[in-house]
Amino acid sequence: MTANRLAESLLALSQQEELADLPKDYLLSESEDEGDNDGERKHQKLLEAISSLDGKNRRKLAERSEASLKVSEFNVSSEGSGEKLVLADLLEPVKTSSSLATVKKQLSRVKSKKTVELPLNKEEIERARTPLEQEIFNLLHKNKQPVTDPLLTPVEKASLQAMSLEEAKMRRAELQRARALQSYYEAKARREKKIKSKKYHKVMKKGKAKKALKEFEQLRKVNPAAALEELEKIEKARMMERMSLKHQNSGKWAKSKAIMAKYDLEARQAMQEQLSKNKELTQKLQVASESEEEEGGTEDVEELLVPDVLNEVQMNADGPNPWMLRSCTSDTKEAATQEDPEQLPELEAHGVSESEGEERPVAEEEILLREFEERRSLRKRFELSQDAEPAGSQETKDSGSQEVLSELRVLSQKLKENHQSRKQKASSEGTIPQVQREEPAPEEEEPLLLQRPERVQTLEELEELGKEECFQNKELPRPVLEGQQSERTPNNRPDAPKEKKKKEQMIDLQNLLTTQSPSVKSLAVPTIEELEDEEERNQRQMIKEAFAGDDVIRDFLKEKREAVEASKPKDVDLTLPGWGEWGGVGLKPSAKKRRRFLIKAPEGPPRKDKNLPNVIINEKRNIHAAAHQVRVLPYPFTHHWQFERTIQTPIGSTWNTQRAFQKLTTPKVVTKPGHIINPIKAEDVGYRSSSRSDLSVIQRNPKRITTRHKKQLKKSSVD
Amino acid sequence: MQWPPPLRRSPLVRASPPPGPARGLLCPRRVSEAGDSSTEGARMGHSHYVTPIESAMEGRCQPLPSLRPASPTNAPAHGRGSDCTAKGPPLANVCRQNYGAAQDPVGPAGRRSARHVTGSSLGKAEVACERRWRAELVAKRSWSPAGRATKMKVKMLSRNPDNYVRETKLDLQRVPRNYDPTLHPFEVPREYVRALNATKLERVFAKPFLASLDGHRDGVNCLAKHPKNLATVLSGACDGEVRIWNLTQRNCIRTIQAHEGFVRGICTRFCGTSFFTVGDDKTVKQWKMDGPGYGDEEEPLHTILGKTVYTGIDHHWKEAVFATCGQQVDIWDEQRTNPVCSMTWGFDSISSVKFNPIETFLLGSCASDRNIVLYDMRQATPLKKVILDMRTNTICWNPMEAFIFTAANEDYNLYTFDMRALDTPVMVHMDHVSAVLDVDYSPTGKEFVSASFDKSIRIFPVDKSRSREVYHTKRMQHVICVKWTSDSKYIMCGSDEMNIRLWKANASEKLGVLTSREKAAKDYNQKLKEKFQHYPHIKRIARHRHLPKSIYSQIQEQRIMKEARRRKEVNRIKHSKPGSVPIVSEKKKHVVAVVK
Repeated sequence: MTANRLAESLLALSQQEELADLPKDYLLSESEDEGDNDGERKHQKLLEAISSLDGKNRRKLAERSEASLKVSEFNVSSEGSGEKLVLADLLEPVKTSSSLATVKKQLSRVKSKKTVELPLNKEEIERARTPLEQEIFNLLHKNKQPVTDPLLTPVEKASLQAMSLEEAKMRRAELQRARALQSYYEAKARREKKIKSKKYHKVMKKGKAKKALKEFEQLRKVNPAAALEELEKIEKARMMERMSLKHQNSGKWAKSKAIMAKYDLEARQAMQEQLSKNKELTQKLQVASESEEEEGGTEDVEELLVPDVLNEVQMNADGPNPWMLRSCTSDTKEAATQEDPEQLPELEAHGVSESEGEERPVAEEEILLREFEERRSLRKRFELSQDAEPAGSQETKDSGSQEVLSELRVLSQKLKENHQSRKQKASSEGTIPQVQREEPAPEEEEPLLLQRPERVQTLEELEELGKEECFQNKELPRPVLEGQQSERTPNNRPDAPKEKKKKEQMIDLQNLLTTQSPSVKSLAVPTIEELEDEEERNQRQMIKEAFAGDDVIRDFLKEKREAVEASKPKDVDLTLPGWGEWGGVGLKPSAKKRRRFLIKAPEGPPRKDKNLPNVIINEKRNIHAAAHQVRVLPYPFTHHWQFERTIQTPIGSTWNTQRAFQKLTTPKVVTKPGHIINPIKAEDVGYRSSSRSDLSVIQRNPKRITTRHKKQLKKSSVD
Repeated sequence: MQWPPPLRRSPLVRASPPPGPARGLLCPRRVSEAGDSSTEGARMGHSHYVTPIESAMEGRCQPLPSLRPASPTNAPAHGRGSDCTAKGPPLANVCRQNYGAAQDPVGPAGRRSARHVTGSSLGKAEVACERRWRAELVAKRSWSPAGRATKMKVKMLSRNPDNYVRETKLDLQRVPRNYDPTLHPFEVPREYVRALNATKLERVFAKPFLASLDGHRDGVNCLAKHPKNLATVLSGACDGEVRIWNLTQRNCIRTIQAHEGFVRGICTRFCGTSFFTVGDDKTVKQWKMDGPGYGDEEEPLHTILGKTVYTGIDHHWKEAVFATCGQQVDIWDEQRTNPVCSMTWGFDSISSVKFNPIETFLLGSCASDRNIVLYDMRQATPLKKVILDMRTNTICWNPMEAFIFTAANEDYNLYTFDMRALDTPVMVHMDHVSAVLDVDYSPTGKEFVSASFDKSIRIFPVDKSRSREVYHTKRMQHVICVKWTSDSKYIMCGSDEMNIRLWKANASEKLGVLTSREKAAKDYNQKLKEKFQHYPHIKRIARHRHLPKSIYSQIQEQRIMKEARRRKEVNRIKHSKPGSVPIVSEKKKHVVAVVK
């Protein structure tokens, strides 16, 4: 089933990212330490994040690309860095203007006059005077680098402050332990890598796959968004694989193996393995994520989403089909840069903090990067605080959590909705390029085509998850879309793509008209059907798996081609090398000569299956069948149809009534056991007086005898 | 109202007038409100009653509580029915009642149609019931006085219970069978497979040898059947001893030292009371079939001392006349010591003489001057003769066709002649690889058995040139005489090594009494084998026989020789003037001349 596939892809992914994972984990653990809880802010953040999920809202949320921390007109507080708001920050302009300088001076003077501290006030020292300085300050500030004191970052300072000596010791011990563990782990990994046993690796692989699947399942339950993220990663791996030639059998090793494969079974297997791996990695899973280009449906949204050709690499994993998208993108990089900050928070909102670095290979500007990092950490802190919120602020939390819950619901619903529409879009759009590509390489394309139902199914499962939550928790106001929803139910999926297109249109309309996302499914749909469907799919999947390597159609075509070739009359080459010209090693008879002595075979009659692509008609006599066929017409028959007719008439009781059966099977001569059969008499056949005294023999055809008998009798009487 | 109501059976249903056509048709049970039912009942003369099946159905039709009959007349009937259902599915019961003649509770005409629920599933019945109920409702609603007058003829499905209800439990259940050919496809392949299996089984069960009768102290020279008793067989040996055997007990019941030297011929009288023997001592002796009393000596009834050696003897089939052969064919009256007439044609010794079993005045003989001569007993001179390539050892008349006889020839072949056209034999039977010494027809006249010097016996169909069966054993030497028993089931052969062997005529036949099914199966298999006999696979299996090496190599040799001869002939024809070398058919080749 899809779970299997998922597990495989997960495994493949994990293999790719095995080493990359470790440091990230550490990062996470470090960031856990810094905790800041502000219920209000957190809630605000969450709201933002959630609302940003919806396309329109997200666009409205203008991202500030300033180098400072979050500064908004509504909430005046510095965030994340742990430092207090400083007046200087507020006053500080982007560029130092001469007009304000005097005022500033005055102000500072006033401040400095109050108390004189030694060493001098920070503000005085760190005040940026030149634009360059300003910039440097900015940078430092952003990275929370100490501006004055070069020893400690605010974070460090805070942690130092937070820790007592014991704590510090403990922390150190912890770190040491972690380091030791890491080294152990590395050593272990090295050791395991050296093990040559294939079986061991196989078992390990299987175990890992299982584990990954399990984890994924759990994740899906606990955190669907994270699961989506995981899916995205798989998709990304797929793309990477497709771009690379890693498993394409084109490398040196593969080439050498290909040569060996003819003779060596192992080499063949290795090659096949590699190919299957390629297939596995390039198999497309339907990736569900929470960007909704279809909601906008218009060009500009898509442009925004897919800013560049390069963006494919960048893994906007939720894109329905990169090939389709590339055609309609005509945007600059600015769009991408604008878009990126928007997308990242979304990711963060779902508590996934890793694998950012890989995802953005094109982000050039350091500043922006920094900014993102910062923001991310901020979000994380929010979440952490949300998770481990103390029971201090009850009233706020109650209301807040309620709201959060409801928001979550909305979110999940939106998610669901997005998946669905994406699925439809993908299925409708995806067909075109697939079909087009099918012609050059049909065998490679086939699995893609066949996989369609499962992809749908995975999404469906996710949908189901979300839906259940929805129905259980709360009844949300839903726009009138029930009819459409019922249409979307899996049982009428096999319908033509036309319908899908129609649906798409409707969705667009709806989205234009209504702000709220429509509900997903009506309750009226019985779950049993889905179960059945699932079973069916299961079955199909199983069959597909069982015959994964078989390409029946190609085999058949090949077979037919061979049959045609074999049945063609062969040319006769009567060329004698060296006859009439020089001969010897390396000398071939001239083309002219060959042409002259090549006796072309006459064209045979056209094959009967010429116009039947799915049929091979063998016009040769089958010797196996011939053993059961009569070759020559048997003696008494004068025409074949006479004989055939005798054969075609069944005599068994299966086909005849009892009476007819008895009649048909009566032997010509019936004798009674233990009775003496006397020679025939003239009276017996009714010649003189028919007194059939002893009839132990019943003749079936006495007439013939009678006539002969008569003749004979006459003759004898004459004699 | 009486219960059960009078029987009324009609294939045509007449809707009862009161409730309108639809109602009459569709609702067998008239259920109505109290007032309605009373009036209706009065009108009809009998009120509604519920048959067991209906009530059974009603018991099951939960959603129709309102249908329960309200009137008191209905109550007992309903009670019965419900009792019936409570015990279990009463379908057998129900059907019996439905079709049973005596207690069929047919009320107003037309009931049967609706109640005709023959299906065994109650589910169906329920459905039917419900439908009926609906129809009833509809009918009630549209019940009008105008509709009351209409009559309706409906053709209904009727089944005669006699066709499927068995009278006693000992009767076989008649199973209806659908012979629709689409339901039984692949008839030819299936029958082919059956035929193939039958053929194989035939080969598996082919064990023809039954018994060997030993006791003679020299080679068995002649055999004779008892005309009235199947179990009795007589044999004469080369040491002049005659033995009488009981086949059922497979032992010798009597031993007579009949002659000095060979017993050349032996024959029984048509009545079975006595038999004749001829021997090398130039005597013809008549013996009683029953042995002498205790202490008496074995003595012939009559002894005729002839002038020359008699080589064969045969008795007339109806009269007290017998014929011997030697230098000439003598026809004797039993009462006289001199022959009635002697017939000769040529001067060679005659080896065998045989009376025609049908045209009993005819007889044939074969002489060592390669002749087969036919005689009419009523004439003084022979009828005609045919000269063959080589000497004929014996002839045998077909007991079912008066003018057909078969001659066992020295040239390994047997020739079946029509005595009216001797110039061409009807059939040349060739399979033996040595001289054929004896031949005997099956009493059915369809086959004959031949004994050969090549230590085997073969069974030939009359109309086939090749044998259908060959019998041999390791110990059986040159077979001198052979007889087919009068019930056509067995074959006896006497051979050089002093034994008489008993064989089954049909090698794979099961002995003993067959049940009718066995018989049917046997017949069917036989027919199948016949039908598919030309199919190569079947043919090959059916034809396969094991042969002793000597015979096998002989056959190969014969084949080569024959092929060489044929080739030479073809070459001769090819290289000589067209028409100068006549093309002679195989049949005609062996006949030298026919003389009348």
